This record gives sequence, C-alpha cells and structure tokens, in this order.
Amino acid sequence: MKKLETDILKILEEDCRYTPAKIAVMLDKTEEEVCAAIEGLEARGVIVKYTAIVNGERLSDETVQALIEVKVTPQKTNGFDAIAEEIYRFEEVKSCYLMSGGYDLAVFIEGKSLRDVARFVTERLSTLDDVLSTATHFILKKYKIEGTIADKNDVNNMRLSVQP
Amino acid sequence: MRKFVNSRAESIKPSGIRKFFDIVSEMKDAISLGVGEPDFVTPWNIRNAAVKSIQRGYTQYTSNRGLLPLRENIERYMSERFGVSCPAEHTVVTVGASEGIDLALRAVCDIGDEILVPEPSYVSYYPGVQLAGGTPVAVKCVKENGFILTPERLEESITPRTKALILPYPNNPTGGIMTKEQLEAIIPVIEKHDLLVISDEIYAELTYGGTHVSIAALKGMRERTVLISGFSKAFAMTGWRIGFVNAPPEIDDAIFKIHQYVIMCAPTASQYAALEGLKESFSDGFSAVESMRDEYNKRRRFMVDFFNSVGMSCFEPRGAFYVFPSVEELGVTGEQFANSLLRAEKVAVVPGDAFGEAGKYHVRCSYATSMANLDEATSRIAKYVKNLH
Repeated sequence: MKKLETDILKILEEDCRYTPAKIAVMLDKTEEEVCAAIEGLEARGVIVKYTAIVNGERLSDETVQALIEVKVTPQKTNGFDAIAEEIYRFEEVKSCYLMSGGYDLAVFIEGKSLRDVARFVTERLSTLDDVLSTATHFILKKYKIEGTIADKNDVNNMRLSVQP
Repeated sequence: MRKFVNSRAESIKPSGIRKFFDIVSEMKDAISLGVGEPDFVTPWNIRNAAVKSIQRGYTQYTSNRGLLPLRENIERYMSERFGVSCPAEHTVVTVGASEGIDLALRAVCDIGDEILVPEPSYVSYYPGVQLAGGTPVAVKCVKENGFILTPERLEESITPRTKALILPYPNNPTGGIMTKEQLEAIIPVIEKHDLLVISDEIYAELTYGGTHVSIAALKGMRERTVLISGFSKAFAMTGWRIGFVNAPPEIDDAIFKIHQYVIMCAPTASQYAALEGLKESFSDGFSAVESMRDEYNKRRRFMVDFFNSVGMSCFEPRGAFYVFPSVEELGVTGEQFANSLLRAEKVAVVPGDAFGEAGKYHVRCSYATSMANLDEATSRIAKYVKNLH
C-alpha cells in the first residue's frame, strides 16, 4: 500500500471525523490527493465503514455481549466460508473471524439478556449442521476497545502541564 | 541572623514558566500546550532493558564516565547519524543534557567571562552562566530569518571578554534550526575571535525535511566545540535523566573532574536503558525515532497552518516540537495573550518572554500532545482570537 494511504488510514483510525482538508495539511498533500486516496480506499473495501466506538457499559439500557468459540466441519469445496456465512448472516452476530488454534470461528454476539444470548446459541447456532461444538464466554468488562482505552479518566496524568 | 544565601543564587530569576505552571495545574479541563517533553512513553524494549538490569542486580555505581559500551555506542551513533567524532574516552554520560550544560559552563566560565546566548532560547542557559560566575549576553534573533544566529548579530555581540557561544539548535522555543550553510557563515566569526562553542543538540533527531547538522562536524570546529545531547527527546526518555557531553580533551578533563565529584555517575538503570535504545536503533534503522518524528511532523504542519490561518504569523519551524507564533498583530504581548487565553478558553501556552526578551511578542505552543488535544486547543484559540477582533 502506498505511504499516503497508510498515513491517511492512521489518521482516520484515530478519528474518522478529520476532514480531507485537515488531513491534507497534516500530510503536506493537496485536498484533492487526499480525497482521491480515500475514495480509492473506500472503493477497494479497505475502509469498510465509518462508525463510533460505543462503550455499552456507559449506557443505561443493559446489553449482554459474548464471545462464542465455534468448532465446525469445513466443507470440501469452500472450506469455512459457507458455514461462516451462515453464521455471520445472523443479526445478533456483531463480528465473526476465522481463527487459528483450538477452535475455528470467533463469533461476537450481542443480546438483550443472558437468556437472549443463551437462546441464540442453543436454538440457532448449535443446531447448524456443520457446527460441532460451541463455548460461550460472556464479556464482563471492556478495558480497551479498538485501540482505545475505555476508561475516559485513564489518561497518563504523570506529565506536568507546563515545562521548560 | 546573617544572610546565608549565596548572592549569585539569589540574583537568578525564577523560571517564567514555573509561575504559569502553578495556575494551569489548578485549572480543570485546561488543555496544555506548555509541555516540553514527548507525549510518547519510552519504547517498551528500553523500559524492559532497565527492568532487566535491576533484576540482575546491576545496582552499583558505574565508572564515572559511564558504561564503556554505552559511550562506544554513543561514538558510533554520533558518527553514523551526524558525522561527528565523539571518542568514547572524551564522553561523559550525564544526568540529562541539563547536567551537560551545567558542566560545560562551570568548566569554562571564569568570573566576568561573557557567554553569548542566542535568544529566544531554553530557560537554563542564562542562570547556568550566572551560577558559573560568567556573564550571559543575549544575542537577539528575529523571526524574519527563522531565529537563526547570523554572522552580523554574532559579530556585534562580541567584546574582548567574550569566551564562548551557546548554540541551541534545533531550538526550544522557536523550533528554528541552522542549516550547514548558515552554520558555515558564522564559523569565520567564531574563529576570528577564538570562541568556544557549547552546542546543545538535544533535539537533533527531531528535524523535519532535512537532517540536523552539528557544527562539530564542520571543518575546524570539532576542537572548539563542546557537544551536548541526550536521549530525552529522541527516545522519549525525559524522566530517565540521561544525556552526554563530549568535549575537546582539555575541557573534557575539567568537565570530568566536576562530574566525578558532584554526580559520581549517571543512574545505572538509565544507562542500560539508553544502551538498549541505541543498540535496538542500530538494528532496526531507528524505526522508533522515525515513527515518533512522523507523528510530530503531522502535528507540526497542522499547527503552523492553523496559526497562519487565524492571523498569528508563524514561521515554519523545522525542528524540535514547538511552534512559536507571533501575537504582535493582535496588539498584545505574549504574556498578556497567554494569561487571557488561559482564563477565557483554558488553553495554556507559554509566554515567549520566558525564553528571553526577544520572545516578548510570541507564545510557545508545544505539539507534543495528542492530535485530539491539538484539535480542541486550536478551536478554542480560534474562538478566542475571533473575539479579540
């Protein structure tokens, strides 16, 4: 990937609200160059979506999130993709990754209650033909989300505010 | 009781920055652009090397000069990065570059010797010279030529009592640097008056759009240059207090004696940490330094563009991590601006006169803070400036 693209991604991953004009100043490029690069990244699906990182714990309406380790039987023709698709099409599934190691798919789901999540696992996920087993881990607390420390007060306050 | 305080200590002024700090530290939600240290944490491998050295029990003094492998690596570092000869046998590892400045001044100054200090510059030179018994003489530099030292300004500041010149580039607070040509232009004046140069190169790794040139690398200058640098800015190691000074043999002898009696040696764990910083950097092409510099550079462009867009003319700094915009067009002094900005919008910038009279109509803004902070601070400053009109 071109340096301009990686530089732009670094800035947008920090805060996607930066305008192309501001990014252009930071990277010493023209606004047009930055716009073109961003459009390219979007068109190629490198930038998937611009979104907000939400810390559900701060919301008053409680939701339950879980990581489900799923072991599946891969199919001869399309490996894990077909079964993965069956799973990620469920609305409850927030993220779905193919993993190396002890299990195959890491599935992050969100439900309104413990029961909600349990029902999803027992009624929908486990009953799929190619799913061999599942292990559900409820998420208790999020310390760091997408590279950002969740606790707003957790800034490094050790630095003095004015120095020579 | 009689007066016990030494008259020199009594006569030096408290730092102008300090006064400001007291106000800021009690203010909630203030954003500070007053910070003079990297906002990065020391790279993990460096921290780990220090932890390991402690675990292994390397807790004794080192040799007075500092660990030989560290001094050898400094020699290689200065030679490969900046083309300067810094023989290990004439290097003293110091408690930050600050100790290096103090050592150099004490080794050189006799009562009444005049030491030239380009202004604006770092707050410690003036009192450092005074405490060493010398007389600091300000050489005023101007924004029109990027706050560099010109041969003309240098020449007219020299008297028969002038002994040395402090050369503080890349410069805190202006961000100004001196190119090879600009340095070469002052060399004839230095040689003509047989001056010593005390070159403080602590920001050497933080230059943008060109590599730092050390005056000690230029013809005939090594033997009349005391070179001071350290690890604080390049490796984000401010709290470790680790730097070095390399001087011509005769001056080095004096520096070494003072260091030996006053300090013994720089902190051992910090020396191991610095050694790791250099070794790792040799093996990976200084990637940690490069990535920090890239990040600073983004912010630097952002800040320069911002100040010029709100009518606070700001020359383009090519070094360190400060911008030094002028507030003259707003009809106020730097101090007035900084005080009222802090009260109105809770953004702390440092009045330029803290760095000498030449900075009176400027403020220093550090961009060693997150882009999010800079974004917020600049919106607040924009609002403040708009209300002034």
